[in-house]
Amino acid sequence: MNANQKTAVLSKPQKITVSGAAAESLKRRRRLIQGIMFFFFRFSAAINGAALLIIVYFMLSKGWRAINWAFLTQPPMDSMTRGGILPCIVGTLGLSIGALAIAFPIGVASAIYLNEYARPGRVLRIIRLGINNLAGVPSVVFGLFGLAFFVIYLKIGVSLLAGALTLGAMTLPVIIGASEEALKAVPDSYREASLGLGATKLQTIFRVVLPAALPGILTGGILGIGRAAGETAPIMFTAAVFFTPYLPKSVFDKIMALPYHIYVLATAGTEIEKTRPLQYGTALVLIALVLGINLTAILYRSRLRRRLK
Amino acid sequence: MIKNGRQFKDRWLQRFFFCIATASITILFMISLFLFMEGLPILKKVSVIGFVFGKLWYPTSDPPDFGIFPLIIGSLTVTAVSAVMSIPLGILTAIYLAEIASARVRELVKPIVELLAALPSVVIGFFGMVIVAPFLQNLLDIPTGLNLFNAALMLAFMSIPTICSISEDAIFSVPIALKEASLALGATQWETIIRVILPASISGISTAVILGMSRAIGETMVVLMVAGGAAMIPASIFDPVRPMPASIAAEMAEAPFRGDHYYALFATGIVLFIFTFIFNLIADHIAHKYRQAGEASL
Repeated sequence: MNANQKTAVLSKPQKITVSGAAAESLKRRRRLIQGIMFFFFRFSAAINGAALLIIVYFMLSKGWRAINWAFLTQPPMDSMTRGGILPCIVGTLGLSIGALAIAFPIGVASAIYLNEYARPGRVLRIIRLGINNLAGVPSVVFGLFGLAFFVIYLKIGVSLLAGALTLGAMTLPVIIGASEEALKAVPDSYREASLGLGATKLQTIFRVVLPAALPGILTGGILGIGRAAGETAPIMFTAAVFFTPYLPKSVFDKIMALPYHIYVLATAGTEIEKTRPLQYGTALVLIALVLGINLTAILYRSRLRRRLK
Repeated sequence: MIKNGRQFKDRWLQRFFFCIATASITILFMISLFLFMEGLPILKKVSVIGFVFGKLWYPTSDPPDFGIFPLIIGSLTVTAVSAVMSIPLGILTAIYLAEIASARVRELVKPIVELLAALPSVVIGFFGMVIVAPFLQNLLDIPTGLNLFNAALMLAFMSIPTICSISEDAIFSVPIALKEASLALGATQWETIIRVILPASISGISTAVILGMSRAIGETMVVLMVAGGAAMIPASIFDPVRPMPASIAAEMAEAPFRGDHYYALFATGIVLFIFTFIFNLIADHIAHKYRQAGEASL
């Protein structure tokens, strides 16, 4: 088969010979196979696009009617069958910003160590293994850990702070990964020029490398916020409650959150069918928030790449 | 004198950064420590074998049964069925993005895959519950649309982005010289992909598949909302199941603090953690052991 193909290609220029016709038909068959396979590739890529579109379409078409100013600015009323989702929006924003405030400094500093200081070897290998495995821990296990460590052992209680700490631990690998990539993209000539001018390593990192890598690092931060905002399982036991009529006044308050609110209304509410519009509305707000955050990061990053070119 | 001071400071800063870089491992260690602390006491009530292979999960009856075998089977079957869908779709899409799509299409499709990854799991679970479940129920005339197949379908779309983006990195980093050599020998683009590019990037693609499955087995909200919640061993893919994460998430709120049920749920968490930990170790091992051909490696 292989040999045949090679002959076929080699004999291509001599079209007058008898074998030319056979070669042509073989070539056509190979083209056909390629065409069929490429159709499958395009088809799978299209399925992904279709999945995203279908999900967003259904949430939009069924949810947009529920969304109005009152929905976004009022607390839930009548045992959550009417009213808005303001406490959930505030809770989710608080959680994701809190998570970022915890994970961002640690993540960036870890990335600085990994990219600027660490030498290849056993220590680096173990640290990387730790980061990769942390990224793979199931979200519900983070929830269990948050419950056992932050809520019970450290006696923080079910609160915004406990939830933000749990989410922070979960987003740490995202931030490290993005920051490391951004640091890697800074050309070594920058570092060499700075060191050559007599700057110390620290000055080089803070005045040369970090400013150059900052946009990429910020993109990682934005992605981290998006990830934290959409998570449910880690906050179920650590921060979120079914209902609280008040907005959080301190980080030790229990909160409501958008993802948990959707789950509660859709599965455990007293009138699941009656609150369907509220569920769609909440889901739409969460999608808009999370996809908006991610789209910002994606667009920012592609603008950045174009500028680097 | 000044220079020595500066060097001294730099050395301390290096140590400082090192300490912070160990935070991930510290957290990982704390997670396992607290899981074991809160989960192991269940072994006073039931043996390891009885817990893992026990076929009855009735944690609230009297006397309670703590056998998580149906939950483990639930997790494994849901993951396997979702893998059947997500592996081909994820890899084919990755090849399409890395090798076939024009630059402009790529700029459009890549963000779509990334946005698919960003969709909150609770939204996908909600979608599976209110849109897909009634649809499946009517289409196939089955008692409930909340079942193993529906959950696997939703999980597939959560693991496709993971499989796709890691595979794409692997395919993209195959040295261009290999590709050019194959094309120059007269191979078509398809033949180049299947005979040269795939074999050269197989370690990266395997890593992607394993991480995708690890994501699927640990995913909580989808299986909590869509899988149906029956703690039994499924006879068909349209039976309801109760995977481990669903059981933990659904029951933790009601389990009495530090009662047997509470310990059993943490112990279920240990089993789940061990599963994903093994998946991740295998992925890491493959990525390091079987480096890619030429200058390409992950």
